[in-house]
Amino acid sequence: MVYLDNSATTKPWTEVLDTFYKAASSYYGNPSSLHHPGLEAETLMQKARESLASLLHTKPEELVYTSGGTESNNLAIKGIAMKHRDRGQHLVTSTVEHPSVKEAFLELESFGFDVTYVPVDARGRIDPEEVENAVREDTTLVSIIHVNNEIGTIQPIEEIGRRLARYPKLYFHTDHVQGAAHVPLDLSQSFVDLCTISGHKFHGLKGTGALYTKQGVYLSSLFHGGTQEQAARAGTENVPGIVAMSKALRMSREKQSDDKGRLSSLKEYLMERLQKIDGAIVNTPIYGSAPHIINVSFPEMKPEVLVQELTRHSIHVSTKSACSSKLQEPSAVIKAAGLGEKRAASAIRISFSFDTTQEEIDRLLAVLNSNVPEMQKVMGEKK
Amino acid sequence: MRYDHILVRYGELALKGKNRTEFENKLKRNIQYAIQDFPTAKVKKTYGRMMIELNNENPEKVMEPLKHVFGLSSFSLAMKSPNEIEQIKETALQAFLQHDGKKRTFKVNARRAFKPFPISSQEANQIIGGHILSNTEDVTVDVHHPDIEVNVEIREQGTYVTCGRVEGSGGLPVGTAGKVMLMLSGGIDSPVAGYLAMKRGAELEAVHFHSPPYTNERARKKVEDLTEMLTTFGGPVTLHVVPFTELQKAIHANIHSNYAMTIMRRMMLRITEQIAENRNIKALANGESLGQVASQTLESMHTINEVTNLPILRPLVTMDKQEVIEISEKIGTYPISILPYEDCCTIFLPTNSVTKPRRDKASRFEEAFEFQSYVEEAVANTETITFGRGQQKTNQDMDDLL
Repeated sequence: MVYLDNSATTKPWTEVLDTFYKAASSYYGNPSSLHHPGLEAETLMQKARESLASLLHTKPEELVYTSGGTESNNLAIKGIAMKHRDRGQHLVTSTVEHPSVKEAFLELESFGFDVTYVPVDARGRIDPEEVENAVREDTTLVSIIHVNNEIGTIQPIEEIGRRLARYPKLYFHTDHVQGAAHVPLDLSQSFVDLCTISGHKFHGLKGTGALYTKQGVYLSSLFHGGTQEQAARAGTENVPGIVAMSKALRMSREKQSDDKGRLSSLKEYLMERLQKIDGAIVNTPIYGSAPHIINVSFPEMKPEVLVQELTRHSIHVSTKSACSSKLQEPSAVIKAAGLGEKRAASAIRISFSFDTTQEEIDRLLAVLNSNVPEMQKVMGEKK
Repeated sequence: MRYDHILVRYGELALKGKNRTEFENKLKRNIQYAIQDFPTAKVKKTYGRMMIELNNENPEKVMEPLKHVFGLSSFSLAMKSPNEIEQIKETALQAFLQHDGKKRTFKVNARRAFKPFPISSQEANQIIGGHILSNTEDVTVDVHHPDIEVNVEIREQGTYVTCGRVEGSGGLPVGTAGKVMLMLSGGIDSPVAGYLAMKRGAELEAVHFHSPPYTNERARKKVEDLTEMLTTFGGPVTLHVVPFTELQKAIHANIHSNYAMTIMRRMMLRITEQIAENRNIKALANGESLGQVASQTLESMHTINEVTNLPILRPLVTMDKQEVIEISEKIGTYPISILPYEDCCTIFLPTNSVTKPRRDKASRFEEAFEFQSYVEEAVANTETITFGRGQQKTNQDMDDLL
């Protein structure tokens, strides 16, 4: 099987699953319990927190564990907007956000918040100056995705952060879900106040994530109950999931340093060859994009058909983001980049992991090269 | 060219005459301990200051732990240049450009300690200042209130350029004042007392009274975490955990409740003194503040203090609670100290303690039971654990999971 949908989710590494199993079976106490197993679970969780913090260059107490990217994004956006709504009700985001960000803002709009959506250029890139221009006296939050989940464009988070640092009354959040493994931000240097990561995007387990919340940043919580996670997120902690996530991120960093740009070369190799296929247009910009996401449109074809055909050959790719791909709608990201309805409606996304090999890419290319012309002919006739 | 050294200054040490070498050695050792996560950085003693050669370590990261080392008055990032004026000029310019912070105005402060160098300090000021001016925009010289001082020290083995300085913690190097035994309860005060004792050069050991099952495992963990935090400011700290349950029960059974607290304190002091003597430690320290609670009135101190001849350092004795809390927040012990686990002092605390106990009465009450055997047993069964880098109780099972 050739699995090339790693931006949707990754396969948990065996070592990570071992960790999960051992943590779940040996440290099953509730970290809030007074007794010995409770203390042990708490100690283990604290060690995991320290390890994750050192990988992200944060302080341990700045990490709030959540159930994943969607929850972290919702917690950051609604949590800041609600907490500071007496001071201002203006929020800024981009037109190329993940649904968990976009929908959270739409929800806030329905509560009366005013949201400015900063546009992107044809590469899907945001101009930091435009973000700064959108800021008003009553802006409390700016949220910009780091690596775009559909086309892989990297946003200039550090530059945006540097500009926003001049506005001490607003908070800056970034959705770092796609960047965490392949384009890691150094949170001690990036002028970010809140940052979302998700465990299953780097070979951890589903249902694990974290929100970096810089010291001194306060937000309203989504869940109320116990005082876990400094009361920012009530609920018994998912200790084995948390420990597995720390392990997965540590292994990702090791693999990234061993990888030495191999994935970037593989991306360029694939992009070059995709461009040569008749009827294919690559949407991912060659520069300023992550090494693991390639988005390509076949304007004369329905993308589901191509996904089905590839799956028949045991090659698995996706149409745009998994969180919205079941809807028969064109890609909002590609539309926002101004690449046209047709390209937006016919995009597929190929996404790598550290374990993706040259052979797998060659297999994908072989199927595409041999089947696309034929399929295009059939579908073209239909029109 | 980039910052490749950290120049470390120490103020008070210079005053200490004969002890100076020992002080410098301790300070060097403490700096090495603080920066041991950066194995290629090397500490060298030179002319009343220390120089850390960074050898490609990240300067900002190495500076962070230095802020906690007692005995440092200040430190600065430095660039080294050969003693040749063109290279010195360029180094000074680079040091200026790479300095982080406000720098609209500056002055050059050159010092030619190496007299064979052909250019005087005054001339060097002008040459270097001129070079910076002609290679920057919107920057002017202000000799009275500059944003930044560019220090250029010309020494025999090379010239060091620094810009600005970071304040150190002051105080004396931990270890230069000998060892004290800190009575560490787990509350807000005692870790601060330990910190302040370290600030004046004391190396710490700590004693904690643990009364299972009346005090739980988390209360003990809390004290272990506090001990671990204190190691940040000096070196390893040894913690003695005294099993106190039997003695507390005996006090409860034999002593009138309004004197129970006084007697318990006297017992704690006897045990602490014994452990200190076993460890060859010549002073005790605690977090008492005059009049704060019943056990800390002058009469209480007088009565409790009777049982030992060792000096008791009370760094907080004249401080208000708020001042203590501020220090504990600054050093990071506050959030741990306020965790709600009972210690042995609160658990048996009677509500009717006398606030003005008398020595004679206390001694008479103590005759009610044979306490010496309890004291000896507590000392004999004390558990000793050392904290600090490389000393942590590693939990291999847990570490393997990560």
